[in-house]
Amino acid sequence: MSDKADDFAPSRRRFLAGAAATGVGAAAVGAGQAAQAATPDPLITEVQDWASGLGDGVDATPYGLPIQFEQDVVRRNVEWLTADTISSINFTPIHALDGTITPQGCAFERHHSGAIELRKEDYRLMINGLVDTPLVFSYADLERFPRENRVYFCECAANSGMEWAGAQLNGAQFTHGMIHNMEYSGVSLRTLLEEAGLAAAGDFKDKWVYVEGADASSNGRSIPLEKALDDVLVAFKANGEALRKEHGYPVRLVVPGWEGNMWVKWLRRIEVMDGPVESREETSKYTDTMEDGSARKWTWEMDAKSVVTSPSPQAPITHGKGPLVITGLAWSGRGAITGVDVSIDGGKTWTQARLGAPGTDKALTRFYLEINWDGSEMLLQSRARDSSGYVQPTKAELREVRGLNSIYHNNAIQTWWVKADGEAENVEVS
Amino acid sequence: MSKFPNVIAGAAVSLALGLPAFAGEYGLGRPALPEEIAAWDIDVSPDGTGLPAGSGDVFTGEEVFAEKCAVCHGDFAEGVDNWPKLAGGQGTLDREDPLKTVGSYWPYLSTTWDYVNRSMPFGAAQTLEADEVYAIVAYILYSNDLVDDEFVLSNETFTDVELPNAEGFFVDDRLESEAHFWKAEPCMSDCKDTVEITMRARVLDVTPEETATTDVAVEQAAATPVAAEPIVEEPAEEPVVAEVALDPELVAKGAKVFKKCKACHKVGEGAKNGTGPILNGIFGATAGVVEGFRYSKPMLAAGEDGLVWNDETLAAFLAKPRKFMKGTKMSFAGLRKERDIEAVVAYLRSFDN
Repeated sequence: MSDKADDFAPSRRRFLAGAAATGVGAAAVGAGQAAQAATPDPLITEVQDWASGLGDGVDATPYGLPIQFEQDVVRRNVEWLTADTISSINFTPIHALDGTITPQGCAFERHHSGAIELRKEDYRLMINGLVDTPLVFSYADLERFPRENRVYFCECAANSGMEWAGAQLNGAQFTHGMIHNMEYSGVSLRTLLEEAGLAAAGDFKDKWVYVEGADASSNGRSIPLEKALDDVLVAFKANGEALRKEHGYPVRLVVPGWEGNMWVKWLRRIEVMDGPVESREETSKYTDTMEDGSARKWTWEMDAKSVVTSPSPQAPITHGKGPLVITGLAWSGRGAITGVDVSIDGGKTWTQARLGAPGTDKALTRFYLEINWDGSEMLLQSRARDSSGYVQPTKAELREVRGLNSIYHNNAIQTWWVKADGEAENVEVS
Repeated sequence: MSKFPNVIAGAAVSLALGLPAFAGEYGLGRPALPEEIAAWDIDVSPDGTGLPAGSGDVFTGEEVFAEKCAVCHGDFAEGVDNWPKLAGGQGTLDREDPLKTVGSYWPYLSTTWDYVNRSMPFGAAQTLEADEVYAIVAYILYSNDLVDDEFVLSNETFTDVELPNAEGFFVDDRLESEAHFWKAEPCMSDCKDTVEITMRARVLDVTPEETATTDVAVEQAAATPVAAEPIVEEPAEEPVVAEVALDPELVAKGAKVFKKCKACHKVGEGAKNGTGPILNGIFGATAGVVEGFRYSKPMLAAGEDGLVWNDETLAAFLAKPRKFMKGTKMSFAGLRKERDIEAVVAYLRSFDN
């Protein structure tokens, strides 16, 4: 990083201070009125350096990072959550992104034994168990199978988990940032399983595949064979380029609509089995403890969920009253988003938001609601609906069924308390 | 672990004959050899399928656990800091903040065996012998009051053990128990009479400060000046030593070896104390002086007696930590290869500046 970039280390506080100064002027202008400039703007009337001198040449940045002014749009870690950063998680800055595709460089990471470096040349994928011929593929072999391109969201089962017992973290990045949405290129798992031959598996109905990674955790998970043959991908590219190290380079599993833990990274082995392994990650973790102490297991589908990403605690309103774009993300592991409703009064009344594009299967959908903000407090909520007819529940509704100890699979409606000064806070409402 | 060794044998035969063994239409990949499958197919199922022959008793388990596990999980499997607690918690699952351990929550013993065998110890996975895994698992059972101290766990006795919460799980029933979330017409207006704020995140104040990453690094560097102190004390000597000694290849090799240490020790920009102290500037520093780290008494005493970390002392400590310093908290067994020790020392020296 250059010295220049180091000098420019924007904190949100600094940003807000600046915004407040300009915000006063904007607010004074009022809704629906164009601002009148008192004096000519020197950014227009004076020749600026960038309009006179020269910029960087094409060889300055062989592979580019975002411009220095965006360096606060990064993944963040919540230190107290885990014992260590190696077996831990960080969060996508969803409050600062738009559209639906998550850039790989800021897409959340979750590792159980750290992100490993595995060369394509050293990569092997084994398929064994109840198959006709156990096979080993090299990376080059995988590139010779017919390929598919699909956009899917990947959400950690623990996304919003810290919010089960009450409002805790002040920011959409922290409450809802264990999610990303990428376009994957890869081979369908069905193609690879059929290459090994499934006659030995007999009846598919009661069969499973056990999938594991090459890292020290191996993060093994059992997946019903029917899902494995349905839409699971063995992916090697995301958003057009190689997977990042932290997302499983060179090869990861994509299990559309199902909890992120099953999307095994550094995928090294797939075993067709006649039962689930009941591994650590599907028994002691990623199971949902109910109020009576019993626990739900195999809660794979991520139910419909949404969140307003702006305004939100990390993305306050800085322009005063008048035209305001309310925007957010919605998704469902059970199908496509069919609609999103937004409430500014804590759920008394709802307005249907505009979808940035029609919802697609198991992928993020962007929504917008453009309003003329009168500058008064709002209790901002969004509510997703999906193609299965599911409607995103309130926290109270979820707790009624599951109690307070579930940790995982919290898809409740989120509330931001937007105050008159534009600042927002994570709250719960009755 | 496959229950169908005949399939594997079949593949081996066709390979030996040089015949294509492919079932699929693309003819890509190659048959997996039995040795390869044996090396990777190590999963263990609840009925014990996949367990290798072997055994271990509680007493042995206690020793192995103290040496290889206790640094994170505690001597009695009670957990250190935020690291997982493996024992206790029975009867807490229906309370606020249930304690989920092998004894209170895990349904199958096979899960414990499989996980210890494939992923532990943290930072040195797949280094345990089968008998050690049996012994560790036996000790975890003992720590949970599930077996007595005479107990021996083996592939023979394995399925005799049933964990207390084996019946505590049920398969996802959301389609029934949450059927009311599938609504024909969600409410759009007059959905409730009043709305009150019942809880605020700001009251808890647990959200990380939102500063740019560069700011964070600067703050942390400022907060840990102790590591740099020895350099300040000997300004004339230090830079010279650092310049001559460091071979970049050796440093690179040291970075690799250091992976064995990383679970507990952090080094470099933004490093913080973890299970072990940060190691920035450790070369040339007096023992036991990293601020904010709770050292063992012997380590503190050694520092007061003038122990300074240099090539000789570090090499001796890293070769056999507990021989060099009886009573150290560092539970690492030691680096066997001299070359690895040299490399790690070079790597640590590269963080002196």
